[in-house]
Amino acid sequence: MLTLQCPYCGVAADETELSAGGEAHLKRFGPGSSEEEFHDYLFTRENPRGVHFERWRHSHGCGKWFHAARDTQTLEVFGTYKAQTTEPPKDIRDAITAKRPGWTWRDVA
Amino acid sequence: MKRYSAFAIAREALRNHTGWERAWRSPAPKRHYDVIIVGAGGHGLATAYYLGKNFGITNVAILEKGWLGGGNTGRNTTIIRSNYLQDPSAAIYEKARSLYETLSQDLNYNLMFSPRGVIMLAQTQHEVRGYQRTAHANALQGVATEFITPRRVKELVPIINLSGPRYPVLGGLWQERGGTARHDAVAWGYARACSDMGMDIIQKCEVTGVRTEGGKITGVETGKGPIDCQKLGVVVAGHSGVLADMAGFRLPIESVALQALVSEPIKPCMDVVVMANTVHGYMSQSDKGEMVIGGGTDGSNNYTQRGSFHHIEETVRALIETFPMVSRLKMLRQWGGIVDITGDRSPILSKTPVEGMFINCGWGTGGFKAIPGSGWGMAELMAKGHSPLTQAFGLERFREGRFIDESVAAGVAH
Ligand SMILES: Cc1cc2nc3c(=O)[nH]c(=O)nc-3n(C[C@H](O)[C@H](O)[C@H](O)COP(=O)(O)OP(=O)(O)OC[C@H]3O[C@@H](n4cnc5c(N)ncnc54)[C@H](O)[C@@H]3O)c2cc1C
Ligand SMILES: [Zn+2]
Repeated sequence: MLTLQCPYCGVAADETELSAGGEAHLKRFGPGSSEEEFHDYLFTRENPRGVHFERWRHSHGCGKWFHAARDTQTLEVFGTYKAQTTEPPKDIRDAITAKRPGWTWRDVA
Repeated sequence: MKRYSAFAIAREALRNHTGWERAWRSPAPKRHYDVIIVGAGGHGLATAYYLGKNFGITNVAILEKGWLGGGNTGRNTTIIRSNYLQDPSAAIYEKARSLYETLSQDLNYNLMFSPRGVIMLAQTQHEVRGYQRTAHANALQGVATEFITPRRVKELVPIINLSGPRYPVLGGLWQERGGTARHDAVAWGYARACSDMGMDIIQKCEVTGVRTEGGKITGVETGKGPIDCQKLGVVVAGHSGVLADMAGFRLPIESVALQALVSEPIKPCMDVVVMANTVHGYMSQSDKGEMVIGGGTDGSNNYTQRGSFHHIEETVRALIETFPMVSRLKMLRQWGGIVDITGDRSPILSKTPVEGMFINCGWGTGGFKAIPGSGWGMAELMAKGHSPLTQAFGLERFREGRFIDESVAAGVAH
């Protein structure tokens, strides 16, 4: 059973309290962008076997959106962090590096 | 290859079953093949089979990281139907369903195809309208389906409760020639026929890299060394993104867990397949008597073939309202597979940015039913460069906005 700590209300939330919101840190491309950028923004996904950053919502709790760093191959959770950021914070990245040296995800690492 | 027959069973019975031969060879890989297929699931094996049967291409290797049929092909709930909404879907799923009708004879392998009929229950007004629309679309597509009344549903499924408090049964979309087949047998039957044509099925051989030269495919790296090929077909379901990454491109696909479960065996009580898409549950009874139950996918990316327990609970809870007898059943086993979901809930059968590399994926929660049609179309695409069956399913449809939207028509797309 997946448990994620909500970085807002602090609750260690059970999966039944949460809604998955897909890949994190997508950069929005709109009018004026190239076809390629718009296509990738809408459809193309990282979908890695390994380290992944995701959006989650504490929907049956405080209702806030937040981020989680997980491993899709082991289901290990590296940590959660707030939504007001365009990339994973350093402490989360360090926590991942400690366990998965040499990990990569898009251009984040 | 010795043919299977009633006579063969009698002959072997008389000599203590010493004369059966292995169903397929397990050769060491050669250095070079005309075509390499990655993934020995149903779709990969069917692709290889029709390459040989329809186009005479038999210098083919099928590389499988585990054992053949050990992916989603051996993990699904085996529902076969072709009552989709959009024309390109109807074409490929109906091609598959009609091939299934005679596939046991064609492969000389008993697939236990059982066209027992499939009902998709309409349990909201929205679903009633949706399925009536699908029935009209199917009439135009030449797919035999009809919208039936609650009373007819009750005749077909005596154990059903029509007047559940939340989700009463308001009707159903009935496909009389839909049904089930033995999932392993589909993989084994195609594998035996491929091996008989001289193709090499190489198990425990993971592809770890894709080799290209000037944007053209030249071969793959594997756990058993490099192997060259002229053409590469990637048919790896949930792992499609991993293979695409090896070749340097990304896909509009997310990999998530889908689970199923079976009950203890009980006496025959339901001889059709019933799907309840609003509540995310579906059920059929296996020949052994187990109730085979499936539900919805998890919401988050996952490569572990294990899903969340609460989704199982949701599925069973929903089914109990519609089938009260389920509450008395003990569940025996539960398992998961990693399914490859696209944005429009339709598959991808396509060329790729790498010349000579083709991909067949995105079947998601509902590709078992499509195996023969998908293999047929994919083989044509790989042999000739185009196929009327696969034309609409190219990767470029996302860029061009030509979605084949099946997500509205079938909430659960099994
Ligand atoms: C629980 C569940 C229930 C389902 N119910 C239904 C249903 O009722 N009806 C229906 O029509 N469909 C159903 N489906 C969907 C159906 O099972 C799939 O769409 C279909 O089996 C996909 O077949 P495939 O050959 O593409 O993939 P798979 O059978 O998964 O085969 C892909 C193969 O590729 C191999 N592979 C992966 N990576 C590599 C690599 N790097 N090198 C070599 N080999 C590799 C894997 O080991 C695997 O054997 C269900 C799926 C699940 C999980
Ligand atoms: Zn919270």
